Amino acid sequence: MNTTKFILAMIAAAAAVLAIAHWLNVDYFFFAAYTILQFIVLATAWNILGGYCGYVNFGSAAFFALGAYSSVALIKFDGAIDSWFPEGVASFLHHIFPLPIPVLIVIGSVVSGVVGFGMGYLTLRLRGAFFAIATLAMAVVLQTLVVNWDFVGGSRGAYIIRPDTLEVGSWQISYIEYLFVLMLILTMIALVTARTIERSQLGFGFATIRDDELAAEACGVPTLRLKLIATTLSGAFMGMAGAPFPYYIGYLQPASAFGLEYAVNSIAMPMIGGTTSWVGPLVGAILLGSAQQYATVTISSAVNLLIVGLMLVGFVIIAPNGLIGLVQERSRRRQS
Amino acid sequence: MDIPFDLLINAIVAGLLLGGFYAAVTAGVSISFGMLDIVNIAHPAFIILGSYIAYFININFGIDPIIVSLIMLPVFFTLGTLVYHVYYLSFERRGQESLRGLAFFFGLLFVTEVVLILVFGVDYRYVEARYIGPSLHFGMIDLPLRMLVPCLVALALFAAIELFITRTFTGRAIMAVSQDQLALQLMAADPIRIKRIAFGISIATAAVAGALLIIIQPVEPSVGREYIGRVFAICVLGGLGSMPGTLIAAVMLGVVESLTATFYGPSWAPAVAFGFLLLTLAFRPAGLLGR
Amino acid sequence: MTTLLHVNNISKRFGGFVALDDIDLEVEPGERLGLIGPNGSGKSTLVNCICGTLQNESGSVVFDGHAMDGLAAHERTHRGLARSFQLPRPFYSMTLADNLRIPLLYTVHARMGPLRSAGDLDARCHELLDLFGLAKKAKQMPRDLTQVEMRKLELARAMAAEPKLLIADESMAGLSHSEIDDILTLLARLNERGITIILIEHIMRAVMSFSQRLAVLVSGKKIADGKPEEIVHDPEVVRAYLGQ
Repeated sequence: MNTTKFILAMIAAAAAVLAIAHWLNVDYFFFAAYTILQFIVLATAWNILGGYCGYVNFGSAAFFALGAYSSVALIKFDGAIDSWFPEGVASFLHHIFPLPIPVLIVIGSVVSGVVGFGMGYLTLRLRGAFFAIATLAMAVVLQTLVVNWDFVGGSRGAYIIRPDTLEVGSWQISYIEYLFVLMLILTMIALVTARTIERSQLGFGFATIRDDELAAEACGVPTLRLKLIATTLSGAFMGMAGAPFPYYIGYLQPASAFGLEYAVNSIAMPMIGGTTSWVGPLVGAILLGSAQQYATVTISSAVNLLIVGLMLVGFVIIAPNGLIGLVQERSRRRQS
Repeated sequence: MDIPFDLLINAIVAGLLLGGFYAAVTAGVSISFGMLDIVNIAHPAFIILGSYIAYFININFGIDPIIVSLIMLPVFFTLGTLVYHVYYLSFERRGQESLRGLAFFFGLLFVTEVVLILVFGVDYRYVEARYIGPSLHFGMIDLPLRMLVPCLVALALFAAIELFITRTFTGRAIMAVSQDQLALQLMAADPIRIKRIAFGISIATAAVAGALLIIIQPVEPSVGREYIGRVFAICVLGGLGSMPGTLIAAVMLGVVESLTATFYGPSWAPAVAFGFLLLTLAFRPAGLLGR
Repeated sequence: MTTLLHVNNISKRFGGFVALDDIDLEVEPGERLGLIGPNGSGKSTLVNCICGTLQNESGSVVFDGHAMDGLAAHERTHRGLARSFQLPRPFYSMTLADNLRIPLLYTVHARMGPLRSAGDLDARCHELLDLFGLAKKAKQMPRDLTQVEMRKLELARAMAAEPKLLIADESMAGLSHSEIDDILTLLARLNERGITIILIEHIMRAVMSFSQRLAVLVSGKKIADGKPEEIVHDPEVVRAYLGQ
């Protein structure tokens, strides 16, 4: 299926999901589905660097949180315009601010993308293990910086007021539905990008880095450049997913934005689903995300994290290529 | 800035004591990462596990935490060999150490933390012992015993490991396996068994490190995460597998952290280790004394 | 005729261990140079320094009139320097044809611009696999290959980058008599097409029959460099490497 057909198929599927959701009109559905869609984006983003290139990023939460906090900073800036600027400038700025969420998304992804590039530049010359540790280090450093930045609330957190509805002309939808639609679009962007990369020369190059970086260099593959592309893209997508988060959650705290659940989930979902294809993170995110939603509601959130951790360890030992890998194994065996 | 001299001196002394402790904490990773090339980022989780076991037995039976940890040494050693066995069968043998191995240990780290939260909750826990509280005084220098005793025990542990590595057959075999597995096989030693013993020792040190940790500071499950950065920062800065290097790096880190916490506030302390790590990785990955 | 490869005073240490000590080497275009020496003498380290996998501490490498210092390995490959690895390093997740497609895409295209369509690429992959006798296994995975076939794939992949100089690092270790002849014939054919070859080997009969010139490396130093018949009788070479 070529890319155009795929995009159309995606849009059709998304439209169907949206239609059903709109008809159901249950707020909880939008909240839960938003979380799962967010995980699809995070898992897909992680997989570009982790699954395709073989470089493990433990700092996914940091990129996600950067996207969220750049939104918070801009929202807070809007509140501070009148006290910081003289009247003329202030009234001009009020035409631009508060920025609509799509703009926040773009800014969030740019910020995270730039940080991803910077981090990559500093650490990608190292072996994979060192890179992984460096990502963890970077996440903690960023978290410490945010905790000490009072403008965005520091450790006390920031309250973001979510409007009740979005009005476009004469047409009105609930704000949470609006957020859901945005995340649906972001999910499609992420999936289409991942699939396109996978089938392109770039994806081919990524695979050589994963298989044998030294041999790849000897074949003429500019490994550093490709790795930087991967870290930048991966970071940008994670920031993209984080940008609308403050509106979704209402109260943002560094401990939760930088929480380890994001790191674990963004690794567990692709590894359980399968890392070699764009389908893996999608499958992993839907399965694991739904399971977690269910567990949080019925048991407790700590237990649901335990389940994720155990599943990660279990799958990594038993089914290294994830669910997709198991399916592929079975079809290969049937063929021969 | 007008720095009060006694504050400075005490910050440095506290840093030295802390550094000694950090050296013991890192000794285990120096073995698993420096010599066996296993990126066990779950090591801090084992340390915290050691802390909680020390806490539990101390609170319920009144036994001194350091004694508890010595009793727990064989238990942790066995745990280490088991973990290595799983690691070896699942990853090393298949040649897929990098991505999967990291994910495995990360999962272990996470699961351990969550289990501790479920069992003990997120409140800070601390132990009770006669040397927690009193301090020695030398002029303007204060030596809190709750830091001095762990530091001394840590240095003893560190010296014991160094002697073991350099003086015993098994110890030298461990050094050999990191350099040339084939040569070791020709010496009629089974490299896998040697690695298993080495990893077991690595985890056994976590038992002691955990007990020392909970003497120095109250512990809650997520404390382990701060130590990931510290431990790997020290390992890398000291040069992988170099015990003397580890000691020097540990003391350096301890002093810098202590100074930062004293003069800039404790909320900046976690960033110090991780910042060190990033800088070292970016500019001098071979470490101070490394190759 | 300008020298194709000029290695000037290369030195490389690993901590306290001196792997290469002031190595000087020149290779003319079209030449067949043999590089021999005991295990651990630094042959692979030298190759790694020439190709950019390792950075030498001092000295320089000049290839085809261009200084190679500071250039990454992939850039040197782009300039026409290719090598095969002593222990074969295929891309395990790809078919044989795809293994060859990588250097075609990333080196040949980079050098000449995408002149070729997908069909041309496929044809070129098959041509190369055919040259090395691997055409039938084009769609198979590297793990299904025999030792010889893996070595051939290594060489084929190095060739796919259309190099001016090919360094074959111990491609024949552990192979049978006829398998060695196979590879030698292949290399000779490549040389006839104008490709300069540096052959690193322990198998003396292969090195002797193939090389126009021989260089000997012992403990990081070059102790001899000249015609094969003379080198083989050089007393120092005999003492250090050939034995008795």
